[in-house]
Amino acid sequence: MIACPECDTLHRWHPLAKGEHCRCVRCGAVLYRHPRLSVEQMLAFLTTALVVFLLANAYPIVILEVQGVSTSATLPESVLILWAEGRWLVATLVAATTILFPLTDLSLMLALFLALAAGRGGSGRFTLLFRIVRRLRPWGMIEVFMLGTGVALIKLTHLARVVPGVALFAFGVLTVLIVMVVSYDLRWLWVERESAR
Amino acid sequence: MIRGAKDAGVPAAPARRFSTARDQGLLVCECCGLVCGPGAAGQSRCPRCRAPLASRKVDSLRRTWSLLIAAIILYVPANLLPVMVTSTLFDTQADTILSGVAYFWTTGSQGLAALIFTVSILVPLLKMTTLLMLALSVRRGSATGQHDRARLFHIVEVIGRWSMLDVFVVALMVGLVRFRSLATIEAGPGAAAFGAVVVLTMLAAHSFDARLIWDCEKENHD
Repeated sequence: MIACPECDTLHRWHPLAKGEHCRCVRCGAVLYRHPRLSVEQMLAFLTTALVVFLLANAYPIVILEVQGVSTSATLPESVLILWAEGRWLVATLVAATTILFPLTDLSLMLALFLALAAGRGGSGRFTLLFRIVRRLRPWGMIEVFMLGTGVALIKLTHLARVVPGVALFAFGVLTVLIVMVVSYDLRWLWVERESAR
Repeated sequence: MIRGAKDAGVPAAPARRFSTARDQGLLVCECCGLVCGPGAAGQSRCPRCRAPLASRKVDSLRRTWSLLIAAIILYVPANLLPVMVTSTLFDTQADTILSGVAYFWTTGSQGLAALIFTVSILVPLLKMTTLLMLALSVRRGSATGQHDRARLFHIVEVIGRWSMLDVFVVALMVGLVRFRSLATIEAGPGAAAFGAVVVLTMLAAHSFDARLIWDCEKENHD
């Protein structure tokens, strides 16, 4: 049995093939989907994403040059500057949605999939991590940040010479990886866990 | 249930009545989706993932209302106060969201102006009016247009996060443009207000229980 998350209508659970999803007969909301990626593939993507995440935060996003003077900033540096200027709310918001939440999401997802691969799903810690990931998911905004970087770059070309930094490419790759990770229907973790037992 | 790799489409509103978990006295875990039997009625937590169990989100409408009202109030300073202050050798310029859009429009980046206008002005307005309309219609117990209302809510939930764009743009500009004497950019108080509006509307949308839209149908037909 499964209930539609948006209108509460009951449906019988139906096995699906990879990449398929099923919708509610009443309101059309997606009930659940069978992810395209296997547990092993998710482990690979999550590990890569975490490495790319580090690169994206360690290197400058762009380097600006005006009359021989150049400046550059990494994402954490930008947050610190905002904080130092007294814009605590904006600094916290940016740090949370682009650094803290995505990092926590990726790390906990890695822990969940490692537990699944080791056949240890269902322990108290597994359920706790699952609930945290479910809660955090809507607040990670790497893809919005990526678009914001594009807009900021276009704005800056009016002011100075813009040289793209390592982190700009890293954020591009990270966005693609995160979109793939997020497309995994979290509720399917429990189906995987059942089959692992 | 409709199966298919692609969207299989929704049949035109069938006349038959649907059985919901609530009708059957079942509780659905909002976190992991487990349908808990009638025996779970006395339990306060999901037996599978240990998340709190409730038939509907607790105090859904009340929380949506209060968050929405707070967002509407903050929407005023978010648009009136400057989000970004640019200081150069010669002058200081304070930009609000709207003047930022106007700047792009007049400097030949109409596409960019349209993008920022959409995510920073149109989307928050659309989001707040939609949530207002949904909350009102649920309170009135409206039993018409469920499909349209459910779809609207879905759209609002998906696009809401993109309003954060301008906050990120400001954060990056502040971090990057630091040419001591030549030019510096600071975040204005409008940026914080605007960020708060986005967070509050997202929270309001999360507190709203979409199932309430469909509950009215049942109650009115009975």
